[in-house]
Amino acid sequence: MRKILLFGLVILTGVCFIGRLFYLQIYQSATYDLNNDNAIRKVFHYPKRGYIYDRNDSLLVANQPSYDVMVVPREVEPLDTIMFCNLLKIEKHDFLKYYNRAKRYSPRLPSVLLPQLSKEDYAFLSEKLRKFKGFYIQKRSVRDYQTSIGANVLGYIAEANSKDINKDAYYKLGDLIGKQGVEISYEHILRGIKGVKYIQKDIYNRDIGAYKEGAFDTLPVPGKDLKITIESELQAYGELLMQNKIGGIVAIEPSSGEILSLVSAPSYNPNLLVGRQRSRNYTKLYLDSIHRPLIDKGLVRMHEPGSPFKLLVALTALQEKVISTETSIFCNEQYVYGRNKRTMQCHCGGGYRNLDSAISYSCNSYFAMAFRNTIDKFDNSSKSMDNWSNHIKSFGLGAFLGNDLSVGKKGNIPDGSYYDKWYPEFKWGATTIISNSIGQGEILVTPIQLANMTAAIANKGFYFTPHIIKSIKDEDIDPNFNIPKQTTIDPKYYQPVIEGMHNVYNEGTASFLKVPGVEICGKTGTAENFTKIDGIRQQLTDHSIFVAFAPKENPKIVIAVLVENGRYGARWAGRIASLMIEKYIKGEVSLKKMEKLVIEKSLENEYLKPYSGLPFKINDQ
Amino acid sequence: MNVTRSTSFQLDWISVTIFIALVVFGYFNILSASNTGEFTSYFDITKPYGKQLIFLLGSLLLIGIILSVDAKFYERFASILYLGSILSLIGLFIAGKQINGATSWYEFGGLTLQPSEFAKFTTALALSKYISDLQTNIKDRRDQIRAAILVGLPAILILLQNDAGSTLVFGSLFFVFYREGIPQYYLSFGIFVTILGISTLKFSALYTSSFIGVLLLLYLFFIKKKRNKFKIIIAVYLCSICLSFGVQWAYNNFLQKHQQDRIGLWLRLEKDPVKLQAMKRNISYNLNESEKAIRSGGAFGKGFMDGTRTKGKFVPEQHTDYIFSTVGEEWGFFGSTIVVLLFVMLILRIVFLAEQHKSQFSRIYGYGVASILFAHFLINIGMVMGLIPTIGIPLPFFSYGGSGLWGFTILVFIFLKLDSNRLNVW
Repeated sequence: MRKILLFGLVILTGVCFIGRLFYLQIYQSATYDLNNDNAIRKVFHYPKRGYIYDRNDSLLVANQPSYDVMVVPREVEPLDTIMFCNLLKIEKHDFLKYYNRAKRYSPRLPSVLLPQLSKEDYAFLSEKLRKFKGFYIQKRSVRDYQTSIGANVLGYIAEANSKDINKDAYYKLGDLIGKQGVEISYEHILRGIKGVKYIQKDIYNRDIGAYKEGAFDTLPVPGKDLKITIESELQAYGELLMQNKIGGIVAIEPSSGEILSLVSAPSYNPNLLVGRQRSRNYTKLYLDSIHRPLIDKGLVRMHEPGSPFKLLVALTALQEKVISTETSIFCNEQYVYGRNKRTMQCHCGGGYRNLDSAISYSCNSYFAMAFRNTIDKFDNSSKSMDNWSNHIKSFGLGAFLGNDLSVGKKGNIPDGSYYDKWYPEFKWGATTIISNSIGQGEILVTPIQLANMTAAIANKGFYFTPHIIKSIKDEDIDPNFNIPKQTTIDPKYYQPVIEGMHNVYNEGTASFLKVPGVEICGKTGTAENFTKIDGIRQQLTDHSIFVAFAPKENPKIVIAVLVENGRYGARWAGRIASLMIEKYIKGEVSLKKMEKLVIEKSLENEYLKPYSGLPFKINDQ
Repeated sequence: MNVTRSTSFQLDWISVTIFIALVVFGYFNILSASNTGEFTSYFDITKPYGKQLIFLLGSLLLIGIILSVDAKFYERFASILYLGSILSLIGLFIAGKQINGATSWYEFGGLTLQPSEFAKFTTALALSKYISDLQTNIKDRRDQIRAAILVGLPAILILLQNDAGSTLVFGSLFFVFYREGIPQYYLSFGIFVTILGISTLKFSALYTSSFIGVLLLLYLFFIKKKRNKFKIIIAVYLCSICLSFGVQWAYNNFLQKHQQDRIGLWLRLEKDPVKLQAMKRNISYNLNESEKAIRSGGAFGKGFMDGTRTKGKFVPEQHTDYIFSTVGEEWGFFGSTIVVLLFVMLILRIVFLAEQHKSQFSRIYGYGVASILFAHFLINIGMVMGLIPTIGIPLPFFSYGGSGLWGFTILVFIFLKLDSNRLNVW
């Protein structure tokens, strides 16, 4: 016993120590992560964000330096506050507020006192800044918009919020991230990859040199430049025409699916979201609940398509062989259907209507008949409806298009089960859902879907997924954009429908919108719409909708226009479509009178009606 | 027994190899822990690693001297060495230099010497000589007291110089007493006092003495035969109460604030989370950083000179008392385990060799060496890993410092000299 006491204790101690080491270094220790070591400071180097060009190579978005005034509170010495505030152009109490905020964050670490000084302010300040100890300027790069148009397309960048940071560990507090439009769709290409330097810190937070001589450091990879499909002049013109109106224009090149312009009205100058006034401007835009300028109406405003939808009803009926181009009916300005002799009004003027004149005069009766025949084709309405729904969906309706735009809506194209669910007890039939025949009822589309559908008609049976990207420097764009998507309609059925659309301009509802020298095919649309005022559903003035493509042979442009509460299709949407087509095809506009009328027209009164709190009439102006 | 070990230079090469491994590895860890700014030269004496290299060369010289001196010298001159050592400790009160609150250093030019590091081997030598003297019977109480005074004198002198850690090391010589035959109840008493002390501090003297009272009552109740020992039991109980309250009193009045805090933290006495946080930031800051560094080393460590926490000087006193955290960070679990095993092997080897000696002097000295090394090993590494309260003493062969390195070199090599000589002289 006397001989082994020390012996035993030494061994016991050794075992305890190894056990403790095991606990600390194997059991408790996570794998060593350089990024989580508080002895290592990571300094990021931000690459240049990619520029954005339009389809004609004119620069839309570049970068500019911006200057943040930084402060390290502990290093600040007593200063002439009044003079400093004058230099910064802020009030003294604001200065104290910002300063105390910085001090609360950390007295030792630098924080932003005043972000995004302009070049002029910076020049003025930089000469005098060395008098103020503890303050310095940090340069960073923000967007510089070379244009005042296309805010909805280009989007904007902002500091990453906690949601962005949680989603992607690449982003750190203070990093900039694309928030809308192309900036978000192509964020990974535009941003590049930031470089990182690992710096060994000591206990006092001082840098004492590169970690492992910089073996893990990376260089920033610059962001790539983008070329987008937007035609700036057309875009600018569209925004001009849409001023004082709410709505959207989507123009597509049918042979490629490239989006020529994507107007959302009202828009805003993208430069508003850069610089010191950014958050004030953003709040103002964000809070405008009537016009919603931050919402891209061409992409997300769902509405009933109205009459342009009749084109698809006709194509489907032709494909299902329930009508032919010869089929005609007599319209007595109403369509009577069902056991209870319900009626659907028609404003085509009445008389004999075949497919061609039914399109050009937008005859409700004719399309009610065509739709009814399609749904009655099989004994089971649900099956017929599925069949019909598949045809319609092959035009890109009722689902996301799979495009490269940051926002979108599916819209709605009902199928058999949709109504089976709606009418579980009741045997529904074509007459139950007859409103769908004229693009009302349960059909919902967005303007871009309307434009895409028209592109499929213009191409006689296929479309390319609409997209905003033209090319990326040193990189290919999504190959999916080059694959044509076929519709389920036989190409031979398109010609009669296109003729009908052509006659819309020749003699029909858009005959006063002709553009000299350009053969346009179009279709007017008028969609009823409702809002809730104090919980009561109330009808508003109809939306003005128009789809068109031109020229008739080898179409170059397809356009869909939505002017909210514009009363009827040809009235505003049609005019705008004609002007846009002329602008794009001829390069200049000869319809000066029409242009003046459109530009000067404001629908502001119409938009304020539901907010006025007073009773109002609709479709009266 | 190795028959070829017949000359005076038959060293125990196992011990020597372990010694060299520890010292060399220690030097490299000091190099890593004290490498700040530009690296100029290994001999840059403005940096601890430069000085340590010189100390290393110095200890080589010392080894040469120790091995060339006749083995009998150490026994013969043990008393004189001891006396010199005591004088040098006393001299500190007059000419000592204060570093970190302890007056333990002489300063000659740029060089500082810490006599307490040398007092360890002189005390071990003197104790060996005293116990191995033919006239001493360690089983006799008077001789026990004399021997204890021999150890206690330098220990108290060092305590007065405010170096409580080193004083504790002298306590480890208890193993020598025990090995040489002091009665068994000293050990029992020692264990009893330790448990009583910890229990008192953890649960207060009142609880502890009540608990012992209950235990003794139960003992009385169930073992009726021992009724006649009633008086003894009462005496034990009274002693326990005195001891318990004595410990509490000593803790409150005798210990300094930082010592109280360290023990308090170890026993987890502070329950208030806010105060605990504050304590963690202040008192156990070193420990926290040291544990963090060791933990961050993981299984294989970050590599020599690549410890981020070592480089950033996150662990204060890292090249001295906290050198083991460098080992932990840069060499990981495997490196640290090897260091622990090397220490265990060295100490066991010395115990093993000591047991083989016929000469009582050599055996007792060997035991003393092993005990002192063990105390340092246990306290230092235990402290750095948070197993025992913070007590600042160096890790032998590893911690930066000339006195320490030389003290331990002399301590070990005198024994190895005695060991190499055990066959041909006696």
